[in-house]
Amino acid sequence: MANPIDLAAQATPPTLARKVRGLSDRAIAWIFVAPTIFLLLAINIFPLIWTIRLSFTNYAANKPNAEVKWVGLRNYERILTDEDIWSNMTTTAHFLIWTLFFQVVIGFTLAWLINRKFKGNDLLTTLIVVPMMLSPAVVGNFWTFLYQPQIGMVNYIVEFFTGIPAASFSMLGPGGLAPWSIIIVDTWMWTPFVMLICLAGLRSIPDYIYEAAEVDRASKWRQFWTITVPMVLPFLMLAVLFRGIENFKMFDMVNLLTGGGPGDETLLTSIDLKREAFEKWRTGYSSAYAIILFVTVFGLASIYVKALNKVKER
Amino acid sequence: MSAYSVTEPSKASKWGAGILVTLYTIITLLPLVWIISTSFKTGPDSISYPPKVFFDPTVEGYVNLFTTRTRPAVSELETLPPPDGIMEEIARRQGTIITGPSRFGERFLNSVIIGFGSTALSIILGTLAAYAFSRFKVPLKDDLLFFILSTRMMPPIAVAIPIYLMYRELGLSDTHLGMILLYTGVNISLAVWLLKGFIDEIPREYEEAALIDGYTRFQAFRKVVLPQAATGIASTAIFCLIFAWNEYAFAVLLTSGNAQTAPPFIPTIIGVGGQDWPAVAAGATLFLLPVMIFTILLRKHLLRGITFGAVRK
Repeated sequence: MANPIDLAAQATPPTLARKVRGLSDRAIAWIFVAPTIFLLLAINIFPLIWTIRLSFTNYAANKPNAEVKWVGLRNYERILTDEDIWSNMTTTAHFLIWTLFFQVVIGFTLAWLINRKFKGNDLLTTLIVVPMMLSPAVVGNFWTFLYQPQIGMVNYIVEFFTGIPAASFSMLGPGGLAPWSIIIVDTWMWTPFVMLICLAGLRSIPDYIYEAAEVDRASKWRQFWTITVPMVLPFLMLAVLFRGIENFKMFDMVNLLTGGGPGDETLLTSIDLKREAFEKWRTGYSSAYAIILFVTVFGLASIYVKALNKVKER
Repeated sequence: MSAYSVTEPSKASKWGAGILVTLYTIITLLPLVWIISTSFKTGPDSISYPPKVFFDPTVEGYVNLFTTRTRPAVSELETLPPPDGIMEEIARRQGTIITGPSRFGERFLNSVIIGFGSTALSIILGTLAAYAFSRFKVPLKDDLLFFILSTRMMPPIAVAIPIYLMYRELGLSDTHLGMILLYTGVNISLAVWLLKGFIDEIPREYEEAALIDGYTRFQAFRKVVLPQAATGIASTAIFCLIFAWNEYAFAVLLTSGNAQTAPPFIPTIIGVGGQDWPAVAAGATLFLLPVMIFTILLRKHLLRGITFGAVRK
C-alpha cells in the first residue's frame, strides 16, 4: 500500500518532492485540522449566527418570497410574556426534576450493589446498559404499544399486582398519568447511564481509605457517608449535568410517545418549538424561542459546572 | 487474592446484591423481550388480553414489514390461483394479497448509507484533527470541549431551523450527502475529543524514534500512530455509527421521500385495517438488534464514549 503523499513525492521533481515530504509540522497541523474546523463552522457556528439573525425578524420559511421585516426584540418580548410558554417550561422542569431524581436514586443504588463484585456482575452490567444505546424514537414508538389503554402490557401488570382494573386508567390518555408515563420510559432508558458513571466513581476509591477507616473503627454507615458518598459525588454530579442537558432538550422519545398530549400535559419546550417552527412556520419567532432555550441551558449549565468544580476541589 | 480483606464484601451481601441486580436486569429487559416476541406474533395475538406469553410463532410481522398488501373480498380471494412463494402464502393466510414491496427496505438501506457514510467521514477528519490537537500547538485547542458542549446544548429543533433553510438554498434537502454532512458535523467534535484522548495515551517516543529513523511525519502518523490507535478508532467509530443510526429529530424534519432513515419511518408503519403491531415490532427488532450487538462489543469503552471522555475508566 503506497501512501498518496509518497506517490506524489515520487512523481514530482526532486525539489518539489522535498517540499511535499518535508512539510513543516505547522503546515501539517493546519492541513489536518482545517477540514474539521470548516465543518464545525458550517454545521455548528454558521447556523447559530443565522438563528440569532432570524430571531429579530418576522421571517416565515414557508413563505420565502414574502417581505422580511426587522421586528427588533418583539419576538423575545412576546415569548417571555406568554403564559403558555411558562407553562411549557414548568412541564419541562417537572420532567427534568423527576427523571433526574429517579435516575440518581436507582442508578446509584445499582452501582453500589454491582460494586459488591458478585459473580457475573460484568455480564449483568452489560445487559442493563442496552436500553440507553437504542434509538429513542423507536423505543418511544414501541412504548406506546406497551402503554395501550385497556389491553397494554403495563395496564395488565398493574392489574396483576395491585388489582386496579386495567380498563380503569390509561397511561397516555387523559387522567394526568401521561407526564409520569414519559418519566417512566426515560428512567428505564437512562438509569444505566447514571449507574455506569457512579460505578466508575465507586471503583476510583482506593481500598486503603476503607482499610484506614476500619482501623479507626468507623462503622459501615459512617464509612458510607464520609467516604463513599463524598468521593462519588463529583461523578454523580457529572452524570446529572449530562442527563440534565439531554432532558432539557428532550424531543424524540416524548414526541413519539405523546406528541405533547393529551392536551398540553406533556408539551415539553422542544416539542412546542417544533410545532412553532415546522407546523405553524413562525420561523423568526421560533428562532427567538430557540435562542432563549439555548441561553437558559447554557446559563444553568455554567452555574452548575462552577458548583461541580467546587465539589471537585474539596 | 489476600486471605482476608476488610474491603471485600461478605458472602451474604454479595448474594443479596446479586439477586437484586438480577431482578432489575430482568425487569429492564422485559420491554425488549416483549418487542422481539411481538414481532413473531400474529396480529390478533399481539393485542390479546391478557397478553400472550406463549403463542405459535409466525413470521407474518416480517412479511408485512417488507410488503404492501390489500384485502380483497372473500369471494374474490377464493377465485385467485394458488399462492406462489412462501411470502404470498403467509399474506393469504391473513386474508390479504401482496401488491408490492414496502418502503422499509429502502429506509433501512438509507440508514446504513447515511450511518456508515457519516461515520467514515467523522473518523477520517476526526483522526487527522485529533492527531494535530494531540501533538501540535493548534489554535482552538482549548475551545474544543466548549464546541462539544455547546452543540449538545442546542435543542436539535433549534439547529434544524437554519439547517433546513441552508439546505433548501444549497439543494441538500432530503439527500444522502446532506444528511451525511449534517451527522458528521454533529459527531465530529465528539470524535475529535475521544480520539484525542486515545492518541494522547500513545507515547510520543514511538514517533520520535520513527522520525529519527528517517520517517516523515506522515509516515510516522500512518505506520506508528494509526496502528496503535486502532482500538480507540474502532470504538469511536461505533459511537458515531450509533448516534447516526438512532438520530430522529433531524431525520424527521429534513428528509421525506428520498433520504429518510428508518427511525422516522418505523412509527408510520400501518397495516391493512388497524395498526399492525407485529410489523412495527419486526421493524424495531431488525433496527435495534445491530445496536444491541455493538453495545456488547463496545462495553469496555462505553463509559468514555457516553461521557465525552470525561470519565475514562
